[in-house]
Amino acid sequence: MEPFALDIAHLLAGGLVLVSFMLLYQDRMFGLLNVFALHAVVLSLSIGWQAYVQDAPHLFIPAAIALVLKGIIIPVALHRVVVRLGIHRQIETVGGIGPTMLAGLGLVALSMVVMLRATEAADPLAREDLAFALSVILLGLLMMVTRRNAVSQVVGFLSIENGLILAATGAKGMPLVVEISVAFSVLVAFIVIGVFLFRIRERFDTVDIRALDEFRGERQ
Amino acid sequence: MAIGAVLTCVAALLALAGLGVVVHSRPGATRFIYSACLALSSVILIVAVARLLTWPGPDPATTLPLGLPWIGARFRIDALSAFFLAVINFGAAAASLYALGYGEHEEHPGRVLPFYPAFLAGMNIVILADDAFSFLVAWEFMSLASWALVVAHHQEAENTRAGYIYLLMASFGTLTLLLTFGLLAGPAGGYGFTDIRAAEHAAWLPGLVLALALIGTGSKAGLVPLHVWLPLAHPAAPSHVSALMSGVMTKVAVYGFVRITFDLLGEPSWWWSIVVLGLGSITAVLGVLYALMQRDLKKLLAYSTVENIGIIFIGLGLALAFKASGYAAPAALALTAALFHVLNHSFFKSLLFFGAGAVLNSTGERNIERLGGLIQRMPIVAFLFLGGCLAISALPPLNGFVSEWLLFQAILLSPDLPQWGLKLTIPAAGAMLALAAALSATCFVRAFGITFLGRPRSPEAQAATETDPLSRAGMYVLLGACLVAGILPGLIIDGIAPVVQEHVGLTMPTQTTNAWLSIIPIAESRSSYNGLLVFVFIIISTMLAVEVIHRYASRDLRRAPAWDCGFPEPSPATQYTADSFAQPVRRVFGEFAFLARERVDMPPPGDPRPATLDVRLVDVIWEGFYAPIQGWIQFGAEKLNHLQFLTIRRYLSLVFLALVLLLLMVAIWP
Amino acid sequence: MALILDLIIQGAQMLLVLLLAPLLLGYTRKVKARLLRRRGPPILQPYRDLIRLCRKEVVLAENASWLFRSAPYMIFAATWVAAALVPTFATGLHFSWTADLIAITALLGSARLFLALVGMDVGTSFGGIGSSREMLFSSIAEPAMIMIVFTVALIAGSTQLSTIADTMLTADVGLRVSLGLALVGLIIVALAENARIPVDNPATHLELTMVHEAMVLEYSGRHLAVIELAAALKLLLYISIVACIFVPWGLASNGGGLAAYAVGIVTYLGKLAVGGFLLAFFETSIAKMRVFRVPEFLGTALMLGFLGTLLLFVSRSF
Repeated sequence: MEPFALDIAHLLAGGLVLVSFMLLYQDRMFGLLNVFALHAVVLSLSIGWQAYVQDAPHLFIPAAIALVLKGIIIPVALHRVVVRLGIHRQIETVGGIGPTMLAGLGLVALSMVVMLRATEAADPLAREDLAFALSVILLGLLMMVTRRNAVSQVVGFLSIENGLILAATGAKGMPLVVEISVAFSVLVAFIVIGVFLFRIRERFDTVDIRALDEFRGERQ
Repeated sequence: MAIGAVLTCVAALLALAGLGVVVHSRPGATRFIYSACLALSSVILIVAVARLLTWPGPDPATTLPLGLPWIGARFRIDALSAFFLAVINFGAAAASLYALGYGEHEEHPGRVLPFYPAFLAGMNIVILADDAFSFLVAWEFMSLASWALVVAHHQEAENTRAGYIYLLMASFGTLTLLLTFGLLAGPAGGYGFTDIRAAEHAAWLPGLVLALALIGTGSKAGLVPLHVWLPLAHPAAPSHVSALMSGVMTKVAVYGFVRITFDLLGEPSWWWSIVVLGLGSITAVLGVLYALMQRDLKKLLAYSTVENIGIIFIGLGLALAFKASGYAAPAALALTAALFHVLNHSFFKSLLFFGAGAVLNSTGERNIERLGGLIQRMPIVAFLFLGGCLAISALPPLNGFVSEWLLFQAILLSPDLPQWGLKLTIPAAGAMLALAAALSATCFVRAFGITFLGRPRSPEAQAATETDPLSRAGMYVLLGACLVAGILPGLIIDGIAPVVQEHVGLTMPTQTTNAWLSIIPIAESRSSYNGLLVFVFIIISTMLAVEVIHRYASRDLRRAPAWDCGFPEPSPATQYTADSFAQPVRRVFGEFAFLARERVDMPPPGDPRPATLDVRLVDVIWEGFYAPIQGWIQFGAEKLNHLQFLTIRRYLSLVFLALVLLLLMVAIWP
Repeated sequence: MALILDLIIQGAQMLLVLLLAPLLLGYTRKVKARLLRRRGPPILQPYRDLIRLCRKEVVLAENASWLFRSAPYMIFAATWVAAALVPTFATGLHFSWTADLIAITALLGSARLFLALVGMDVGTSFGGIGSSREMLFSSIAEPAMIMIVFTVALIAGSTQLSTIADTMLTADVGLRVSLGLALVGLIIVALAENARIPVDNPATHLELTMVHEAMVLEYSGRHLAVIELAAALKLLLYISIVACIFVPWGLASNGGGLAAYAVGIVTYLGKLAVGGFLLAFFETSIAKMRVFRVPEFLGTALMLGFLGTLLLFVSRSF
């Protein structure tokens, strides 16, 4: 059972890295949001497996939060807001897809080497999962740096946060994981709301609800 | 005994060079000189191969009373020298045989005949040299002789420019080698190689020597970014000399690198292999990408040489990595693979250059955009050139595949290496090696397809005829060598074994005793390859298929115009050109490597002017590296030019200042 | 006696792959048609097509060369030799040690090189399109294949297909990340090399969508029959490679006895059936990509192969 558990954990963590690469590859808004939902689902599966293997039932809560909040609520909300505000649906990148992918490969290699060197004495399951988690974080940063579009930068930030949660749950016995998850989720919610307040203000020059109602034509 | 024979042959070559100056205008001079070169090279080849196969152990050095008075000139044949002598003289013999036919078309034999034997002699002396002074003198002699051959057709402006840049890079290379040997000899000044091996070095010295050696020998071999002279100089020379420069002189440079790094420097450090691997991989990929953009057949072949030198250096880097960590068996495998590729490349690159020379003689064109359809007009040259293309694309059962296979097996052994830097570099080098191999297949499909297949694109191509039998004989010899090296690689691996034993301490397992003559680099359970059986199977399958089809299928055949989906177009301008064949690769890889930009200018409807396609390629290395250096030198030279026009008082004050400064230094120095 | 039995088994393998290749093609076409709610051609139709082509007269372009006439046989020979060396129902066949996975890849590469050359032989623009696109795809698919071979070889400790299959069968390899990456990469490379959707449409003759068809446009009669058979053989070969590395259960080991061989053949037929079905299903559910998206698609395979190799270099337990 033991090596099997290791393999499944690696598969799920490696899958998360691959989904991060898929996030880097997307050039359309809706595709990006769908892949981000997949990212959250894979994350929740990974946390769930860790909960099962480490015999730590309190980890099921972050798994559920990841699934519900980041797998369903946030993508749907972003989807509706993109449609409502008519945000530009093409994602412009800095540098082409090819060089970005090569940079991503280099970052994965770097994180592998750094993590495996730094944690020579630790438990193999934990250190290899940490290596994958660092890759996800670096890929998320790469995404934020190479995109010109606000929504894709937000998605990049969210994927960084997914990587951090993966790292936190991978390390056995880390305290306050559930609380940290909830705190991160609140932070994320505020950031998403903040970004869209900016967009609304840019578009309509005001966030005053009465003025917005006028645009909608409800006030006569 | 062996060294005496070889030195006599070299002296005879030098005598031939002198003779060439005198008799070049006589009618039989070309034939005589090339036949004599053929004979002499064959003698040295036989001596070297005999020595290598029956390796009795290294000789003591022979000292001749030439050169510096307190050293003399030392010459020695050890296993490495024997191997490279064999490589060089096989190429030289084939080139001389080819030149017996090709040289008849030379308009100014006086510009080529004296320098050709001198070039051969120079290359041989570099290999034989056992002390730094003879090495450097022979190196410079070889460069000068080849420079004279490059500017043989100096009426064309591009040849003079090529010669100028070649001379600059060669001088720069010799300067760095001078520094290298100076550092190695140390303050005691022991220039003999035996003294250098025994010398104690400071801790920082081997790293610096490696860097200088890499620059010096790498510039002659064609490592990026020092390769810029290669695609200018190699095409400018006559074709048999181009073959020698690409196929053989670059190997002399590889010999220099192996001699310095594996022999004279002693124990390597692991980080050297990262530098060599990195340079090798970049050279391999960039070389073949440049080759894909060329329209000049000889320039294409020159860039392909750059790619293969990159592959050889990848092998050498792997060998250094294994040797530094003490893994002798994988180091033996990697070094064998690199040296095998040295041999292979000299075979197929010479063959390809001979083919290009035959095409040039026949049509007067090097630009492949003006060729085509030569397979009907020059069928034998087409067949031989095709053989060369198959060999260089690393396809079984020919020889290119064997050395690539051995390199891949060496890469598969490298996860055992403990250093983290190597764990990152080696997979990347492996990926770039595979990419370079695949791109070189594309490059040679393009070269062969546009030149020989299709329909003729110009009247010169239409009127082409087959070349003379002696040129073809030279090419047959090389194709035969490619086939033998591919089918019986065990013989070659065992031939290289003494070289590897000397420099790594262990050899690969003996191959000639394996069942069915396969090669087993590590162990039977890991991997094996049998070129002979693959060749036999392919022949049997082909014959079976032909037999079955001809017996049971219809034998009818009818010639008709090409189908072309029902729209046959009589003009040969509608077929693919070289640029259009390379366009997909240019679009995918070119934006990264050459900042390629395409612009289509499509006139609006109603405007009868033609549409144009504008392709812009930037040679990043030239623009980014050499052009700035040229700019600074120009700037500095212009500033210094003011020193020409000073008054007498100013000159006197300069002298006075220098004197005062030196006195100050003497006063302050502790 | 054992030697003769070995040779018979090896010969049986060669004959088996040759006979099964058109059947696999017919089966795939039938499944695809059924998924599209058509009846589709009979499963044995490819055999009839080959016989029909062999009976026809060859119409050769006026400037076609000796290379054009002899290349079909060389392409077929290289593909057949490669297919004969892949373990289909048994490992450790008598000549299986002559060429490992790298040599098999290179043999297929030489078949492809000849195909690209004949595309340029007659001097039409269609042939040029096919050749240049095919060489572009191969310049990314080959490195991807080599990196996948490295990944599998680093896990199994050898590049010989028989040894790899035996290792996957007996040792406890488990569900490793690098194997997963290698599987996805190999499927992408197999789709590209066999000119299947999304890379190329095997049933089209439209100029903008042809790659493989464009190179063989000028062929007719018995030459075309040989090339079609070689293409079917290549598809069979790739499905066999995927089966023998990733789904090796049922392979008879060397000298297993006739019962083991029979089991091997039955499981092999089952694997082919499943493979053909999945291929047809995948082809009907996705559209063909535009030509310049294919390098990105193949680049994914290269990236997956490279990641797999890198992970194995960095730590043995990946």
